[in-house]
Amino acid sequence: MSADHHHHDHDHNHGHHHDNRYTDMQARVRALETVLTEKGLIDPAAIDAIVETYETKIGPRNGAHVVAKAWSDPDFSGWLKRDATAAIASLGYAGRQGEHMRAVFNTPDTHNLVVCTLCSCYPWSVLGLPPVWYKAPAYRSRAVIDPRGVLAEFGLTLPETKKIRVWDSTAELRYLVIPERPEGTEGMSEDELAKLVSRDAMIGTAIARAESGKKRP
Amino acid sequence: MAVHLHEKGLFTWGEWAEALSVEVRRQGRAEDGSDYFDCWVAALSGLLVTKGVADAGTILALQQSWQRAAEATPHGKPIELANDPLR
Repeated sequence: MSADHHHHDHDHNHGHHHDNRYTDMQARVRALETVLTEKGLIDPAAIDAIVETYETKIGPRNGAHVVAKAWSDPDFSGWLKRDATAAIASLGYAGRQGEHMRAVFNTPDTHNLVVCTLCSCYPWSVLGLPPVWYKAPAYRSRAVIDPRGVLAEFGLTLPETKKIRVWDSTAELRYLVIPERPEGTEGMSEDELAKLVSRDAMIGTAIARAESGKKRP
Repeated sequence: MAVHLHEKGLFTWGEWAEALSVEVRRQGRAEDGSDYFDCWVAALSGLLVTKGVADAGTILALQQSWQRAAEATPHGKPIELANDPLR
């Protein structure tokens, strides 16, 4: 069996409304958008571009920090494996809704992929706002049925020998993928390493690469 | 967006740069610039108030309205301001 589907015994009809919540900052951005749109001062498309920046660039930095620290500090890595909620909270990133975190480590044999099959539970505290595709029914169903195919569509082709584990998020438990540290990054500082970690790599639809975030010469 | 509003003549580039730099240098801001977006939002809010586009109360009321709308919106449905039950 190349894909394990870890299904958790929990009531998916309960508690999920908590996910539809704006932080003060998210709500303020929407408020500014409303004011400016009503006054005819902006095109909502301009705001979408800003929100996109928040989703893809600013939010996931917290998670990238966690990953870079795990790569650099074996003690922290061990703590993250044993008790991800506490290890992540030690860096100042705590879930607003008190949900638990679990870090799933990619290894040479196993690749991890995170989904929320029934809605869009997502580790907000470390990854910011979820991308649109994460919430899309196509991803939510196909990530379980055909994870290899989904990854290929993201441009990630894994060797057939590599096992893919799919983790189904819940309102109470969120997953953070710890990608494998790329080769050739020995001697890099935590800050440099964090730049190699993309949002998608922490969901499992990408891997960390030594050259990401840097232009090739 | 700031560029866009500047082009509309809402404020001069100098005013924007000043507002943003005040926020970025405000005490308690992150040294690594990771809260740049927070600064940016604060600067824009401040300028809109200064320029009389909206008062602080209106922006805060809208912000709270969006939060109520988010909580009232069922999962999988787009969050719209009209979903605020108090609106």
